[in-house]
Amino acid sequence: MTDLTKLTLAEARDGLRAKSFSSVELTEAFIAAIEAANAHLNAFVLPTPDRALAQARESDKRLAANEARPLEGLPLGHKDLFCTNGVRSTACSRILGDFTPTYESTVGQNLWDAGAIMLGKLNCDEFAMGSSNETSCFGPVVSPWRRTRDGNADNAKLVPGGSSGGSSAAVSADLCLAATATDTGGSIRQPAAITGTVGIKPTYGRCSRWGIVAFASSLDQAGPIAKTVRDSAIMLRHMASHDPKDSTSVDVPVPDYEAAVSQGVKGLRVGIPREYRLDGMSAEAEALWQQGIAWLKAAGATIHDISLPHTKYALPAYYIVAPAECSSNLARYDGVRYGLRVPGDDLVSTYENTRAAGFGKEVRRRVLIGTYVLSAGYYDAYYLKAQKVRTLIKRDFDEAWGKVDTILTPTTPSPAFAQGEKAGDPVAMYLEDIFTVTVNMAGLPGISVPAGLSSEGTPLGLQLIGKPFDEPTLFRTAQVIEDAAGHFRVSRRWWA
Amino acid sequence: MQVDEATVKRIARLARIRITEEEARSLETELSGILAWVEQLDEVDVTGVEPMTRVVPIKLKMRDDIVTDGEIADQVTENAPMTTEHFFVVPKVVE
Repeated sequence: MTDLTKLTLAEARDGLRAKSFSSVELTEAFIAAIEAANAHLNAFVLPTPDRALAQARESDKRLAANEARPLEGLPLGHKDLFCTNGVRSTACSRILGDFTPTYESTVGQNLWDAGAIMLGKLNCDEFAMGSSNETSCFGPVVSPWRRTRDGNADNAKLVPGGSSGGSSAAVSADLCLAATATDTGGSIRQPAAITGTVGIKPTYGRCSRWGIVAFASSLDQAGPIAKTVRDSAIMLRHMASHDPKDSTSVDVPVPDYEAAVSQGVKGLRVGIPREYRLDGMSAEAEALWQQGIAWLKAAGATIHDISLPHTKYALPAYYIVAPAECSSNLARYDGVRYGLRVPGDDLVSTYENTRAAGFGKEVRRRVLIGTYVLSAGYYDAYYLKAQKVRTLIKRDFDEAWGKVDTILTPTTPSPAFAQGEKAGDPVAMYLEDIFTVTVNMAGLPGISVPAGLSSEGTPLGLQLIGKPFDEPTLFRTAQVIEDAAGHFRVSRRWWA
Repeated sequence: MQVDEATVKRIARLARIRITEEEARSLETELSGILAWVEQLDEVDVTGVEPMTRVVPIKLKMRDDIVTDGEIADQVTENAPMTTEHFFVVPKVVE
């Protein structure tokens, strides 16, 4: 039999419907793949094989009775930022300990109601704060990709990006068909770009945030990481919904995104923002961007230079808004109602001891920055100012939408780096998100699609930015890039 | 903006995170670095600009003011480190 783990989500769906294999066979193939890989890649923090097989048996009954739901019997990975009923959920932080929710996130519930199977909980940066998956309390995730240096193999452990590094590593290593992820400043698109996978952050409000551990509430959105553009479209359709339990989720019907992927880009107007041409950008990222422009032109799109003048202020404004909201959201971890408690002499010292022991270094740093910018006398100078800058960033985009339908940029300034390479300097790590963070600040949808390999043989991605709720245009444009660029797969399973 | 060690300790106290003397010193440098970097926002003129609150203009929905949930004290206290009869137990607060 062919290796079932190499199938795309769409191929597996069609194979199950055609009875070429059963959901139990498919699920067992992934369970075996996870068992073989996880000691090396650390992508899953909690595999749930028994639950997966029980779900698969149920799916096989429905498939046999021709009562299959849209994602019937398809095994997925689930980022550990999503609360799962009866299954430990930690946000990869010590402070949540063995927290076992008594409820399911709305996005998770939507997927299981559509028939999908959960293979387990995926590693991520602690509270989704990081760009390399090195801040997880379960240790770093290792990318299945290996780079070459001067033509020679380099066995350095590469990062899979972050914060959804478990999701990107698991999908690119064929440990699941697709995975859930979340994106606050680039946490879906950056890991997708540097692992050769597709990742979309939808419009703010498209997916419910209910039951997702909160980081920065005005920026957080859920979305998928998948092997192909079509797979990401299938996933998003079944993750998105209006949810009365999240007042920021928007009551707009969810379109059939899969129908959009084959529509082509003839006559589509594509914007190229001049402010994204950075001094520090690698020559190959620039060359790939030009290649993307050429592909879209060849497919019938028209290319237009545009200006987004406030681009350079997005990242510094983000590093006010995100820490401010995180310090406020993370105030709930007090050692009283759930998770870790480190007792002290009195209540305040219990709080202080618990939070000192429970939060990792990057989380402490951001909580402190956030506390500072929100402290008495500083609110207007920092948080309010940053929120006003967001208005200006959004206005830049609103003006651009008069001239173009979508915007093409690189996803990251450079390819995957090795563990530890950027750990010393927080600002250097923050620059990983320079091309993705504006999209969160403006609340827009953005997709990263694999477009080529670096001189080190590792993946690079292109990002497409869309109008609010115009995800269909992103899928059809991304499909054109995917058709032209081809697929980028890990060539050797060095861990097996 | 330069943050001194006393400010770091005050913020840590406000954030309810215990830090060591050594951590206070290294945080002084790190926080000052990050705050100096975000200072580039001073170049932006935001006179007359409203702060952004939402992406698309949506009106918050109203719902009926009725009880839709409850009687789940077991679930609410299930994950607590210390409870007694559905109460969260904490160190003595009032002498």
